[in-house]
Amino acid sequence: MNSKSFDKANLICGILLILTGIFFAYQSIELELGTAFRMGPGYFPFILALALILFGAIILFQAFRVEGEPIGPIAWRGIIFILAAPIFFGITVRGLGFVPSLFFAALIASFASHKMKPLTAVILAVLLTAFSVLVFSYGLGLPFQRFGPWVRF
Amino acid sequence: MDLFNNLLLGFQTAGSIENLFFCLIGVLLGTLIGVLPGIGATATIAMLLPITFQLEPVSSLIMLAGIYYGAQYGGSTTAILINMPGESSSAVTAIDGYQMARKGKAGAALAIAAIGSFFAGTVSTFLVAIFAPPLTAIALQFGAAEYFSLMVVGLVSSIALAHGSVIKALAMVALGLLLGLVGTDIYTGAPRFTLGIREYADGLNFVAVAVGVFGIAEILRNLENERTREVLMAKVSGLLPSREDFRAMIAPVLRGTAIGSVLGILPGGGAILASFASYTVEKKVSKNPQEFGHGAVAGVAGPESANNAGAQTSFIPLLTLGIPANPVMALMVGAMIIQGIVPGPNVAAEQPALFWGIIASMWIGNLMLVILNLPLIGLWVKLLTIPYYLLFPIIMAFCSIGVYSVNSNVYDLYAVAFFGLLGYLLLKLRCEPAPLLLGFVLGPLLEENLRRAMILSRGDPSTFVTRPISATLLFIAVIVLIVVFLPSVRKKRDEVFVEED
Repeated sequence: MNSKSFDKANLICGILLILTGIFFAYQSIELELGTAFRMGPGYFPFILALALILFGAIILFQAFRVEGEPIGPIAWRGIIFILAAPIFFGITVRGLGFVPSLFFAALIASFASHKMKPLTAVILAVLLTAFSVLVFSYGLGLPFQRFGPWVRF
Repeated sequence: MDLFNNLLLGFQTAGSIENLFFCLIGVLLGTLIGVLPGIGATATIAMLLPITFQLEPVSSLIMLAGIYYGAQYGGSTTAILINMPGESSSAVTAIDGYQMARKGKAGAALAIAAIGSFFAGTVSTFLVAIFAPPLTAIALQFGAAEYFSLMVVGLVSSIALAHGSVIKALAMVALGLLLGLVGTDIYTGAPRFTLGIREYADGLNFVAVAVGVFGIAEILRNLENERTREVLMAKVSGLLPSREDFRAMIAPVLRGTAIGSVLGILPGGGAILASFASYTVEKKVSKNPQEFGHGAVAGVAGPESANNAGAQTSFIPLLTLGIPANPVMALMVGAMIIQGIVPGPNVAAEQPALFWGIIASMWIGNLMLVILNLPLIGLWVKLLTIPYYLLFPIIMAFCSIGVYSVNSNVYDLYAVAFFGLLGYLLLKLRCEPAPLLLGFVLGPLLEENLRRAMILSRGDPSTFVTRPISATLLFIAVIVLIVVFLPSVRKKRDEVFVEED
């Protein structure tokens, strides 16, 4: 077995599953395990966590036996901008209010693609915000504050 | 005639102006998003789920069901026109459908797909109506032990039908179950795995998990290498298939419907499996198998009928047992729970209008698809030219609004981002998200029934094998697991899924 012949995806996958399993197992022990007759809150998750560790170990073991396809490119830019959008919306929706918060969230998400031009992004975000306010706020009557306390004068 | 009366009630419910309207909106939205490449039915429903929460339970479920087969339908349209299946279940349709389109028979191919789907939809709607009540009666006898065993069967089957490594699918089930347990323990009130965040005491929001793992992960994958989509559009003309086409499609449609109806009931992804099985069968029984791959009518008619029949009958386990057969059905369970309906055998008895209304709406939805979509094909084709980079900011905005509108809980939005990342990571590590979502939905139910069964049996685990129904179910689960691990089956399974990719 030379050092190049392991499967990276399975290696990472196995390690992550084992770590996750250990986390859940540890948390379960902190809870009351109980007995098989009267199971405590930790009983079932503890069993599952052990199973997860076992599966993780098998996958880890397999990683050194067969080599799979490479992991391929990772959408770093996508991860940064796409995931930032709901987080930004979450942080600001109460303070800024629905309208500005949605506008910026859409704008942030737009930059996940390198093909997007800034002007297009702004126009898209404006149209999108207008449409959403009409449909969700006025049309469906969702109880959102359109402008929050941070932008009120 | 109970069946007749029930169906009448169903059509009365589904036929109200309001419900017809939501059914229409559902199939239109479903087709729209099904046509847009890169977003599948599961992601679509996950994203549109929150919109339906403001509606009446019946209307909301009718609309969701409409989105489901609308998306299937839209998926086959793109498969035929640009060789890009919008749905994994229409991947087979692309093989011969696109070849037909290239030969100038795009219109005929679309019509064959539509007619085949409609026929299959009609038959399988009746099957659902016929088989749902007796199954419900059986399910009413179920105790905690039976429910536990039944869910084990469901989870095991989802493993069997998942792509790739069986061990990974098992791990995904375990992980999903664990994530499903996050929140307050129902017996003791102790918070579990919430990391001290009080907002997660009610558990992780199902919509957030589904949108993240299916919707956002898929967007990220599409952003990996942005290619300009080549829309090599065949001109759509001559919608009516010729007489020979009709003759060639009858038998495949019938066979496809039969295959799809049976496989759809199986948990784990019936529609996909059904279309592949149907294609294989058609190729085997065909007098000129060399036609396949070069625009065979049977290669379109069979799989399209099969996947639609499968999509329909996958409602049977949901409506009778409350057990989701695939990720989309898991989303339906989530929707029902949020609407205050406990999915299971009691739905038919307690809410007959809802139960039969959904069944009747399936047929109405299919009819709408045939009537609407054939004339609207020009419009759908135009949509294909929208560049992807304009789409995903829109999707992200709607996701954010939708998830937030469920509980007005900003922590749900952070959960979306987390599960988006997790879903993308799983994709990269070649893990299937479908078993994870099934596990997530079933986690709390599974634990509750396990604990209850153990209390009832005074801590004696043999209760699961001494009760006949429970024992039978567990036996099935064991058989499925053994079969999946058999080397010969594994090889065959790999081949099936390789063909799909």
